[in-house]
Amino acid sequence: MDLLDNLALGFSTAFLVQNVLYCFVGVLLGTAVGVLPGIGPTATVAMLLPITFNFEPVTALIMLAGIYYGAQYGGSTTAILINLPGESSAAVTALDGHEMARQGRAGPALAAAAIGSFVAGTLATVALAVAAPPLARVALQFGPADYFSLVLFGLIVSIALARGSTLKALAMIALGVLLGMVGQDIYTGLPRFVFDQRELYGGIDFVSVAVGMFGVAEILRNLEDEQTRTAVVSRVKNLWPTREDRRRIVGPILRGTGLGSALGVLPGGGHVLASFTSYAVEKRVSKRQQEFGRGAIEGVAGPESANNAAAQTSFIPLLTLGLPAHPVMALMVGAFIVHGITPGPNVISDEPALFWGLIASMWIGNVLLVLLNLPLIGVWVRMLRIPYQVLFPMIILFAAIGTYSLSFNAYDVYAIVFFGILGYVLIKCGCEPAPLLLGFVLGPLLEENLRRALIISRGDASVFLTRPISAVFLALAVAALVVAVLPAIRRRREVVFAEDE
Amino acid sequence: MTTTRHRAAARMIAAIGALSFLAACSGNGGGGGSGGDAGNYPEQNITFVVPFSAGGPTDTVTRMIAEPMAAKLGAKIVVQNVEGAGGTVGAGEVARAEPDGYTVLMHHIGMSTAPALYKNLGYQPLEDFEMVGLVTEVPMTIVARKDFPPATLPDLVNHVKANAGKVTLANAGVGAASHLCGLLFQHAVGVKLQEVPYKGTGPALTDLVGGQVDFMCDQTTNTSGQITAGEIKAYAVTTPERVKSLPDLPTTAEAGLSQLQVSVWHGLYVPADTPQQVVDKLSEALKVALADPAVVDQMAKLGTAPVAAADATPQAHRTHLEEQLGTWAKIIADAGVEAS
Repeated sequence: MDLLDNLALGFSTAFLVQNVLYCFVGVLLGTAVGVLPGIGPTATVAMLLPITFNFEPVTALIMLAGIYYGAQYGGSTTAILINLPGESSAAVTALDGHEMARQGRAGPALAAAAIGSFVAGTLATVALAVAAPPLARVALQFGPADYFSLVLFGLIVSIALARGSTLKALAMIALGVLLGMVGQDIYTGLPRFVFDQRELYGGIDFVSVAVGMFGVAEILRNLEDEQTRTAVVSRVKNLWPTREDRRRIVGPILRGTGLGSALGVLPGGGHVLASFTSYAVEKRVSKRQQEFGRGAIEGVAGPESANNAAAQTSFIPLLTLGLPAHPVMALMVGAFIVHGITPGPNVISDEPALFWGLIASMWIGNVLLVLLNLPLIGVWVRMLRIPYQVLFPMIILFAAIGTYSLSFNAYDVYAIVFFGILGYVLIKCGCEPAPLLLGFVLGPLLEENLRRALIISRGDASVFLTRPISAVFLALAVAALVVAVLPAIRRRREVVFAEDE
Repeated sequence: MTTTRHRAAARMIAAIGALSFLAACSGNGGGGGSGGDAGNYPEQNITFVVPFSAGGPTDTVTRMIAEPMAAKLGAKIVVQNVEGAGGTVGAGEVARAEPDGYTVLMHHIGMSTAPALYKNLGYQPLEDFEMVGLVTEVPMTIVARKDFPPATLPDLVNHVKANAGKVTLANAGVGAASHLCGLLFQHAVGVKLQEVPYKGTGPALTDLVGGQVDFMCDQTTNTSGQITAGEIKAYAVTTPERVKSLPDLPTTAEAGLSQLQVSVWHGLYVPADTPQQVVDKLSEALKVALADPAVVDQMAKLGTAPVAAADATPQAHRTHLEEQLGTWAKIIADAGVEAS
């Protein structure tokens, strides 16, 4: 059978000593930069790119890919332990993951993230091997109108991210969308909300917002009184997931993997939606809805799996069409070209050993990541026992350094202070940072695709209904809205009736 | 017992902190500094500022020449990406840096278009910089979705003239090379088309392959993969000579549109008032790097080549920049584009 032959070729390439070695170097580096907030995979890959010019092409690509998915893996660690998400996907993990850590269950949270990531990585690698070219063709059918409807659907579904008031969640999403507008408008080039500060032309960096709203605000809240301060260093109950935990994470992992694999294929930003959507789905299907946001292990396992599956399948457009979906992949295109390989549909037929070797290496990389991360859980958890006088300044110090190193822009560091205070005020008002972050990430995507769709259609808004993909997502969005609003209406009626009696 | 644990954990955190600190510092090494005697230059790390994101064509070119230049100069070169506002954030930063030769700017054609695009630029290309030399000129290609009706460049010209209200022209955002080339195309053909901006080349090319937009003009570094694979169709290359990696593709002059000549030229800059000795040393190192066979080879794979040795000089660079500033001021004013 073709597939087996191809996989055999892939594994025989990936198992060469130097390839396994550099795969390990890649995932190790990736985990390290994922754990350190700010120092992202893009900067790391950019710095290492010239070194790989002297490698065999397949070895170079295996290592660079390892850094990318390794970083997705490592990003959950700081999100869970100290509420410091380094990427939009990890922000979702922080919701329940950090809550678990506060309850002394950091170990199971980290383990759920690691196991979920491994299963997702493995299954997504299979998806890559079996269906990469046809999936890429489907992804190309998505035009701007379709992306608009998809993102709108994602935003509506994700109102579920909020623990409390739906109205406050909507307000936070709107605020996030507005913050996402800061910077140069790509259609006219005109600056918006920059107050004549050239440094703001590029917009506000996601890491600054996340580190401020989650990490710094959390620290401020913890400093309020002795009681909560000690809560951070609460007793560690168990390192490994209990039998009950294991039973609870099976469904979320599988659903997350499916969702993430599908969304990751879309080059126009589908992978951003993966973890948010998975969280919303898990909350919806769970019998323990009230536990979400208060330390539900499903809220860690699902999004982490989705995120990792998406990281894997987002290689599909790159490998089969030569189209990068992420800045790291743009760098990998550079690596392809420097090695004299033109990324595009011809790679599979012209360079089968490279194509299948890279895919096989992803599975090996996932095994290495589990071997690397599971033993580390004990070490990470011990970090929580550091007294807050030492831990808090440390967190702020290396969050600031990491954020500055993103683009050497002091504004990114000022932004941490601003968003830290804003986050604290919002928490005090009962508003949650997660919906804001979602609006911040998805708002620009929504606007960009809305305007692009209308530019291409010459202002004819009917494209959103006449394009089948778009129409389906809009219908789903309406359905989701009805499902979300109905219970509230019913409850209000009941309250009204109760008062009548 | 708990204290030893605390200590161990604190040490670990300190180690992580130190690591990230080192990473931040190594990225920022060089720049600023006291400078010292120009005759002994260089005495410390040199920072090359790239005003665009890591992995883009400009970044790739910079990293290629940084290594041989560092070897010639005998100092470490650190590449730093300072993105934003079409390269004007990074350029502004270098304009304000110490004129000691430890902060060097790599910029492309955008240096000559920024004054026309941005009202409050905060720097003057000719007054606030010393030119070190030109580096390379990357050719551009006119490409379309594969089922777009026109077969040749003259067909394309006729088609867009007849369907000016329907055709869509993609670009990678205001001030991007693809945007400039698109302006030049409309100027040469004498039509006004519906432009569809994207956030960078990647998404624009994705939608071109997916058939969502009709055509665009972009650097060979970005398009040659899809052209050879037949995912998009190519009409012409915008340089006086054909490109080695795409031998069948005619030049715009051959295809009858000689007014459309453009390439993404790159040059190195230092802040104004940098000592002449330092500028000469950098220019000399640039010449050596451009003659390095490895650099020539890597650039060829990107579909480009180093400029001739005579152009890698401050004088040739200044002349070229002056000429380009005039050209683009007129084209951009005619098109009525302005960023701020």
